[in-house]
Amino acid sequence: MRLDDLKALNAARAGRRAAAMIVPLSGAPGRLVLREQAAGDPLAAELGRRFASGKSGRVEAEEGAVFIGIHRPPPRLVIIGAVHVSQALAPMATATGFDVTIVDPRTAFATPERFAGVHLVPEWPEPELLALDEETALATLTHDPKIDDPALMAALKADCFYIGALGSRKTHGKRVERLNAAGFDEAAIGRIKAPIGLPIGAASPAEIAVAVLAEVIAALRTEARPVARTAGALEAPAA
Amino acid sequence: MDDDPLTIAERWLGEGRKVALATVVDTWGSAPRPVGSHLVIDGDGAFEGSVSGGCVEGAVVAEALEIADGAPAKLLEFGVADETAWEVGLSCGGTIRVLVEPIVAGGGAAR
Repeated sequence: MRLDDLKALNAARAGRRAAAMIVPLSGAPGRLVLREQAAGDPLAAELGRRFASGKSGRVEAEEGAVFIGIHRPPPRLVIIGAVHVSQALAPMATATGFDVTIVDPRTAFATPERFAGVHLVPEWPEPELLALDEETALATLTHDPKIDDPALMAALKADCFYIGALGSRKTHGKRVERLNAAGFDEAAIGRIKAPIGLPIGAASPAEIAVAVLAEVIAALRTEARPVARTAGALEAPAA
Repeated sequence: MDDDPLTIAERWLGEGRKVALATVVDTWGSAPRPVGSHLVIDGDGAFEGSVSGGCVEGAVVAEALEIADGAPAKLLEFGVADETAWEVGLSCGGTIRVLVEPIVAGGGAAR
């Protein structure tokens, strides 16, 4: 590895940007490919799959056997709403490796007693505060459009890898109308998972948390991401 | 992130130390550390990180000393049948391949 590549890789990691280090097993120094550069690399399709799955591994390429080391920032989960489901979701998401933040301006809900050890922000979900990016998942759980809608709009603009909104189909219908009126097109609004969570018949708050977290993990591990789309690599990643 | 091997590698190089980087590139069977795990070694044998549960690090460090000092990269394989596993240290009977490469000065030639 070249020192310049090591420095660039560390800078990308510190800046929460995904990158791949491609190292020939022959021992040549290799190359660093940032995620946004992947489409132009000879291994574009392979990189697309691996950025999507997050899995490093050895590949037989035209240039010979190479090792692709995938470096993705730890995923974040931003939960809007310090509600009962969030009390179950936060520890589960933490256990599965997410950096969890809960945002709720209602200080009666967002209390440290209800959310011990969780990064809790008792503020309105302003975009600057949320600092969303494509390595972030957002779940809105308040049922209150005043709180949920601004966060959903910020998530769509930031291209979060997962966006889910709690509420019935009827609630979501009204939400779609509001987002339309705010200038979001069908494709953008279609990225919102609503009703939120995998359809496992979840009943209790903890079961709903399982359904939500499973849907977030599925998006993280199996869905092609923007770079992969441009690279034409929509196949499921190798197991 | 201060403690991770890649950050440490950059810091060590900044201090003028010679550095080799070891990476788990393949695993078969039960392996203690996943593909992509790093161990960073300096020219004096100081190391941080891990490529196994601590069992083969000694052997990797021994190889890495020469590589940090300028020898070419090397692909190492560790792993054995279960009955002899304890001798090498991979008590689980898994197999791993570890690429040990120098970190060289300069930038990419063909980017």
